Amino acid sequence: MIGFDVAFWILAIIGVIAALMVVFLRNVFRSALSLILCFLSVAGIYFTLSADFLGAVQILVYVGGISVLIILAIMLTREVQRGSPSNKLRIPAFIVAIVFLGVVGYTLLNTPWQLSTAAPLEHTTANIASKLLGEGGFILPVEIAATLLLAAILGAIVLVREK
Amino acid sequence: MITSPGLNLEQYWQILPPDWPGGFLWHWLVFTIIIIVFVLLLVMGYIWLERRGMGRMQARLGPNRLGPFGLLQPVADAVKVLIKEDLVPTNADKVVHLLAPIVAFTPTLMIFAVVPFQNGALLADLNIGILYVVAISSVSTVGVFMAGWGSNNKYSLLGAMRNVAAVVSYEIPLVLSIIGVVLIAGSLSLNQIVLAQDIPFILLQPLGFLLFFIAGCAEINRSPFDLMEADSELVAGFHTEYSGMKFALFYLVEYAEALAIASIITTLFLGGWRGPLLPPWLWFVIKVIIVFFVMVWTRSTLPRVRIDQLMALAWKFLLPLALINLLITGIQVLAWPDALPWGVIFLNFAIAVVLVLLWSKLFKLGWGRVEV
Repeated sequence: MIGFDVAFWILAIIGVIAALMVVFLRNVFRSALSLILCFLSVAGIYFTLSADFLGAVQILVYVGGISVLIILAIMLTREVQRGSPSNKLRIPAFIVAIVFLGVVGYTLLNTPWQLSTAAPLEHTTANIASKLLGEGGFILPVEIAATLLLAAILGAIVLVREK
Repeated sequence: MITSPGLNLEQYWQILPPDWPGGFLWHWLVFTIIIIVFVLLLVMGYIWLERRGMGRMQARLGPNRLGPFGLLQPVADAVKVLIKEDLVPTNADKVVHLLAPIVAFTPTLMIFAVVPFQNGALLADLNIGILYVVAISSVSTVGVFMAGWGSNNKYSLLGAMRNVAAVVSYEIPLVLSIIGVVLIAGSLSLNQIVLAQDIPFILLQPLGFLLFFIAGCAEINRSPFDLMEADSELVAGFHTEYSGMKFALFYLVEYAEALAIASIITTLFLGGWRGPLLPPWLWFVIKVIIVFFVMVWTRSTLPRVRIDQLMALAWKFLLPLALINLLITGIQVLAWPDALPWGVIFLNFAIAVVLVLLWSKLFKLGWGRVEV
């Protein structure tokens, strides 16, 4: 599996460097672009793990949807032509990020991960569909999550609407 | 594994072990070059067809000096634009300005990796084919945004913003009209969709085809939806500050996207490579050119819409019709007997005509009001 190893390391290094660039670049727009690169490398890792559907959805939702919304939001900030310089909250943000990193790292290292011995699926879409819509499927949680998101959007609109 | 050998490439996989990267690399290299050459040739053909076709429709000649019927004009244009000076604005974000055309072009080219030119795609017959196309094509928007922002120019930024507004709105009816086809074909793989089309899906899904065509034209910003580079308002939109080779790349993206949408329409609705007598790839090319000709036709017929009309068309016209189309298709797939394909064709055409007429009565674009 030499090809997969090479692909994994290339994608992992690109992803980590892009994630660091998101934090360290002074220019907010460039940070958003590095975030897109990070999302793409994560999608690439999904592809190498035989999760092709998940990878495509990652690109569709995160690169095509969320990143575009982030960039659109950046366009609405002040001093956009100079790249929206950051404010004075760098030290508190650094502390919060370090604490979060510590919690995530501790959880990762102390969880007994279960390794599946099953071979990767050849055709993922049919299996996802039967998990979703078949007997005892996950359609109800998915619908509830969608309704929750819709309620959140409506709430945001009500909050910012002019009288 | 996400790749599978197309065509007659089993020899490669027998000589080398399937896990060996070298065999895959050769496959990749050869067919990538074939696809790039195909895209470049057809884009030049498209440019010629557009300029000559629009010339005829506007009662003028179009470029007719270079070569027979002016066929060599796109080549001369390409050479001209490639040897032009590359200008970058002083206050531009140099890196973003440089990367923008590349980020816009790469996804467009990647779409052709899954398009079946004959039985089996050239590079990868993905099981998630059409989802891959939708996902990858959404990355191009980022390139346009980079161009608009990196140029440090208000017109560029406005053009990019309009583009994003259009793409985000029109993606929804586009994907919903694809789902109708996927429901009938029962697969996301483009080659499986072609194989399922004993009757071309344009007959089974006339409304879906119409919605996909309109939404596709809006997605790639072809006239009448070319608001983001509306010459009279925004100079040239997001590529105002581009010249030389980078401008050539954006020009290429514009036509390569048109080619990509034409290929997807051909694959989803017109039976793809299937057809009698002629070889499959020739059928594919003929259908792609016909679809593009219809795009040229609409471009020279219809005036450009306003930005509020653009949004209203997406949300008030295309989205409800796409939802209704999806519902009707779902009912038909579940309940209609397979033995009666002609009945469903007549029914669907009737439904399409009634719905389009009804919706154009229910709301007229903007009613002459301007509200954004």
